[in-house]
Amino acid sequence: MAAELLLRGGTVVDASGSRRADVLVADGVVAAVNERLDAPASVRVLDAGGCVVAPGLVDLHAHLRQPGREEAETIESGARAAALGGFTAVVAMPNTEPAIDSAGTVREVLDLGAGACCDVRVAGAITKGRRGEELAPMAEMAALGVRIFTDDGSGVQDARLMRRALEYASALGVRLAQHCEDDELAEGGHMHEGDWSSRLGIPGIPTEAESMMVARDVALAELTGAPVHLLHLSTAMAIAMVRAAKAAKLAVTAEAAPHHFTLTDEAVSAYDPVFKVNPPLRPQSDVDAVKAGLADGTLDAIATDHAPHPQEAKELPFDQAPPGMLGLETALALAMSELIMPIEGVLALLSWQPARIAGLSGQHGGPIAEGAPANLTVIDPAAVWVVEPGRLASRSRNTPYAGRKLTGRVRHTLLRGEPVVVDAEAQR
Amino acid sequence: MKHLLSIADLGADGVEEVLRLTESFVEVSARAIPRVPALRGKTVVSLFYEDSTRTRLSFETAAKRLTADTMNFSVSSSSVNKGESVRDTVLTIAAMGVDAIVVRHGSAGVPWQVARWTDAAVINAGDGWHEHPTQALLDCYTIRERRGSLAGLRIAIVGDVKHSRVARSNVLAFSMLGAEVTLVAPPTLLPPSLAGWPVAVSHDLDGCLAKADVVYLLRMQRERQTEALLPSLREYTTLYGLTKDRARLLGEDALVMHPGPMNRGVEIAAEVADLPSAVITRQVANGVAVRMAVLFLILGSRGDLGG
Repeated sequence: MAAELLLRGGTVVDASGSRRADVLVADGVVAAVNERLDAPASVRVLDAGGCVVAPGLVDLHAHLRQPGREEAETIESGARAAALGGFTAVVAMPNTEPAIDSAGTVREVLDLGAGACCDVRVAGAITKGRRGEELAPMAEMAALGVRIFTDDGSGVQDARLMRRALEYASALGVRLAQHCEDDELAEGGHMHEGDWSSRLGIPGIPTEAESMMVARDVALAELTGAPVHLLHLSTAMAIAMVRAAKAAKLAVTAEAAPHHFTLTDEAVSAYDPVFKVNPPLRPQSDVDAVKAGLADGTLDAIATDHAPHPQEAKELPFDQAPPGMLGLETALALAMSELIMPIEGVLALLSWQPARIAGLSGQHGGPIAEGAPANLTVIDPAAVWVVEPGRLASRSRNTPYAGRKLTGRVRHTLLRGEPVVVDAEAQR
Repeated sequence: MKHLLSIADLGADGVEEVLRLTESFVEVSARAIPRVPALRGKTVVSLFYEDSTRTRLSFETAAKRLTADTMNFSVSSSSVNKGESVRDTVLTIAAMGVDAIVVRHGSAGVPWQVARWTDAAVINAGDGWHEHPTQALLDCYTIRERRGSLAGLRIAIVGDVKHSRVARSNVLAFSMLGAEVTLVAPPTLLPPSLAGWPVAVSHDLDGCLAKADVVYLLRMQRERQTEALLPSLREYTTLYGLTKDRARLLGEDALVMHPGPMNRGVEIAAEVADLPSAVITRQVANGVAVRMAVLFLILGSRGDLGG
């Protein structure tokens, strides 16, 4: 029997509810869940006193940068950051160099992720080279376990191509995910178009660049019957469209990123490109709409859109710097600190709901019960900590939360029973 | 004051102080030897990432008249073409021991970034569409020179406000000094939001001219018609150009201003630019004195001004 481990003194919280329980792990699975479990001397005990013991978190949206941009992040460093943030699975976005648009590249990324601190899954590109012109070989990638396809970084602009992609994908049991941005309307923009962009003299991206593509894809979901997942929604208008689509029973799911419920476009006023992201930071009214969408179920998941960039890229002039922010190590704490909802609600958005969208139910996000895979995270809801960019596990430092005090921290993370994070330290 | 990045940094009192100081430097500039030793031993670098003959020369002349040492770092002849970042360039310049860096860049906000990277004083000489504070100061000075005060004056800023750093700084400065500002432009050339701007908006230039004390024309760039912002420059001139006929609508004391360089025949007719009410070269002349005032305020100390 493989090394055994006991999580002692915590409160187990999963989709079925919460109860005070110790959790015994053996052979990579949950061996027992009981209010009081005695441990033989050979069993390693991890203190979960005062903590929430939850299914591991699942990130639908991480840019791990490998292959091609290893100076910003590698699968190894990104997965370590993920584990420290409580994630046991991440979906790696395909806007790498080259793009993940073939079985060969999928295989390479899966191989690189094999020994990582969390389960690394892959989103394949919808179109070859993410150029929005021809379909990528989705069936070949699906055969390797790819369950989500997206051209993220840009949206599929051509409505006819998107329609065909949805139709084709519907036979494969996979889900297409859209980066909702109309390139023509967004052209040349570097922040949200509004009061602040007007004052700061920075070309803006209007709200409608997002909502127009959401409207189109909701229509295409209805036309094709295929499921559509809408990535990183940031505007009240788009969220209202998703709410209406769900009321009409369309197969639409959607996510939001932590920065869209914690920061506004006012943050750009110091011209620090660390606050540049796409979709851009929005005004308070949109931030409120994202929070409301997360609270009422319109938004199914919180996804990090973790987007590492090297220091020199974030020191360029604002309109030349690449968009993107780190997210894996701060997402849970931001949700716990900023959203007014019980921990069960936060975990639904970060664990079992995204697990279902990613096609990972059964391995991640499932109820903590005997026989279930031991992909678990132990969260201290009372821990207060300050974000220090230099102490993050990511290879990059572009967090917009430097110096911010957050409440709630991952104490331990178990991947298939192995403690990859213990007392907030990565074990490998 | 450590830096001059935005007119907002100065506030109304700061603007007044610069304008008062400018008067003494106008006097200095009129001397046979227009030079005072106020900044002897100080070094001022101009770091220009955009072509700008007039602003660069104006700053350099101002620094020299204050007996500062000047260095000129222009993009075409520098390591920027070899891929050096703005930060590395700034650190390199700062390592030479400079007191002030005058920055012009095509991207909004670069002077703010530079100010984070160096201990030297940073003066914004124009950043993208955002601000051009010394232009606004010299414009205020020029108006005061003719009209005594800006309080209660009606100023029409005409043209491409959206892409204009001059307009953004002038809206702040003019309104701080009590003027009523009206932006006159087609909707495509206005910023997407004017929330919080102390301005009125009009699309009717003729209606504004008779009431205006100052007509401030902005430079119209030719590429705007390829961006679907205008059908043609001809149509722009028809609606918003200060033509010879339109200039007749102006009141007797009204001033015509332009930050230069002008497109004669587009935003302003050649004959209008040469009218006595057009104070465009006066703006340039005052630019040197205003920049002397700004450099002195930032780098000098009161005692240095002497008698």
